Amino acid sequence: MAKLVELRPPLSDQKIRLLRAGDIVSLSGTIVTARDKAYARALDLLRSGKKLSIDLRNGVVYHCGPLVKKTPRGPKIVSAGPTTSTRLDDMQTDFVRLTGVKALIGKSGVREDVASELARSGCIYLAFTGGAGVLASRSIERVKKILWRDLGPIEGLWILDVKKFGPLVVAIDVHGNNLYMRR
Amino acid sequence: MLSRAATTLPKDVVQALKLCKTKETNKIARLQLDTMLRNLELAKKLRAPICQDTGIVIFFVKLGSELELTFDFSRALADAVREATQKIPLRANIVDPLSRANTGTNVGEGQPIVHLELVRGKGLQIDLIIKGAGAENWSRLFMLKPTAGEEAIKRAVLLTVEEAAGQPCPPTIVGVGIGGSAEVACLLSKKALLRPLDLKNPDKKLARIELKLKNAANELDIGPMGLGGRTTVLGVQIAKAACHTASLPLAINFQCWAARRASARLVGDKLKVEAP
Repeated sequence: MAKLVELRPPLSDQKIRLLRAGDIVSLSGTIVTARDKAYARALDLLRSGKKLSIDLRNGVVYHCGPLVKKTPRGPKIVSAGPTTSTRLDDMQTDFVRLTGVKALIGKSGVREDVASELARSGCIYLAFTGGAGVLASRSIERVKKILWRDLGPIEGLWILDVKKFGPLVVAIDVHGNNLYMRR
Repeated sequence: MLSRAATTLPKDVVQALKLCKTKETNKIARLQLDTMLRNLELAKKLRAPICQDTGIVIFFVKLGSELELTFDFSRALADAVREATQKIPLRANIVDPLSRANTGTNVGEGQPIVHLELVRGKGLQIDLIIKGAGAENWSRLFMLKPTAGEEAIKRAVLLTVEEAAGQPCPPTIVGVGIGGSAEVACLLSKKALLRPLDLKNPDKKLARIELKLKNAANELDIGPMGLGGRTTVLGVQIAKAACHTASLPLAINFQCWAARRASARLVGDKLKVEAP
């Protein structure tokens, strides 16, 4: 049986180096959702030398566009599985390098050259089961903040407190192992 | 109908997922299938959409030529989608293709999609599938050489499954449309997804090709979510139509493991939703 580790961001380089492709982990603490439009905006800002309104250094980014229900107490996420990470391939390397993110959560991995760049930046890739939206939503304890609301609920940044989010599979580690490149 | 489709899976799909789990020896593959099944139970219990990508809704309507409709049918379908989007809720996925502006209702120009087929009599049958983008984005159309035959068809299907790898959320159902014309092949490949997994193709030759393709695809070691294993497809479903002597159109359409569909049929003067 593989190691069952609970990750708690901020993540240190030392912690990341201990993880190997095939390990199964869960995550507790703060994660931030981001996908196509948020990546593009973040890169525009960072490349022009500006700062993001949230510090992602040593943090965790979740490739997800949640399904949100409006309630009297504010927006509630009812389903929040991962989206296809490879759509972000062309922005991924710069995004990770400029933000200092240490773990990405998504589904079905990244392009081979992007995987090498992630490893170089000390960032691991964690796979969450596609379609397991309800399970994911159950581990969200609190919506801390929503940024870039003008991008809409799918594309905006959701800053979430999660507890035992998983099971997550370390699919790409920082030692050159990649579960998607077995063949 | 939409609520049931978004929050529960048809029995044949759940059975197939469970069966696959018993056959997997790879522990990560088993974990993926287990997570899928746990998520299905939770979604059913909480009446929450299985996946946050509640997709686009595609209706297949069989309308009896002798049935008299006293209301605006296409508007009724659009209203149903609008209402479901608010109440269930469904994620508002429909945008303008160029400006990318979201309509907020899942209704838009040409949406929801309605495929109408006129049939004999006074009946009415509505089938719907919910299609997420992860699977739909791997749709393919090949205009093969007319004499290329069965081998070329198999090669094209397996090549597509291999190229798509983990992205359409395997284990997938692979819809294959053969013949017709470019657009008919595409439509057939999607319509093929309506057939339950436990219902054999009545065409023996197609049933044989389906089984061969299923076994070959499961040998590719793509596995659940592309993380390895022997469960890459739950089934391959083929539909065909006659075509021009100089063409051999072949279309492929994936449905993710969360293969959401529902049916309703006119019984007397009431539309009865049938548990698939």
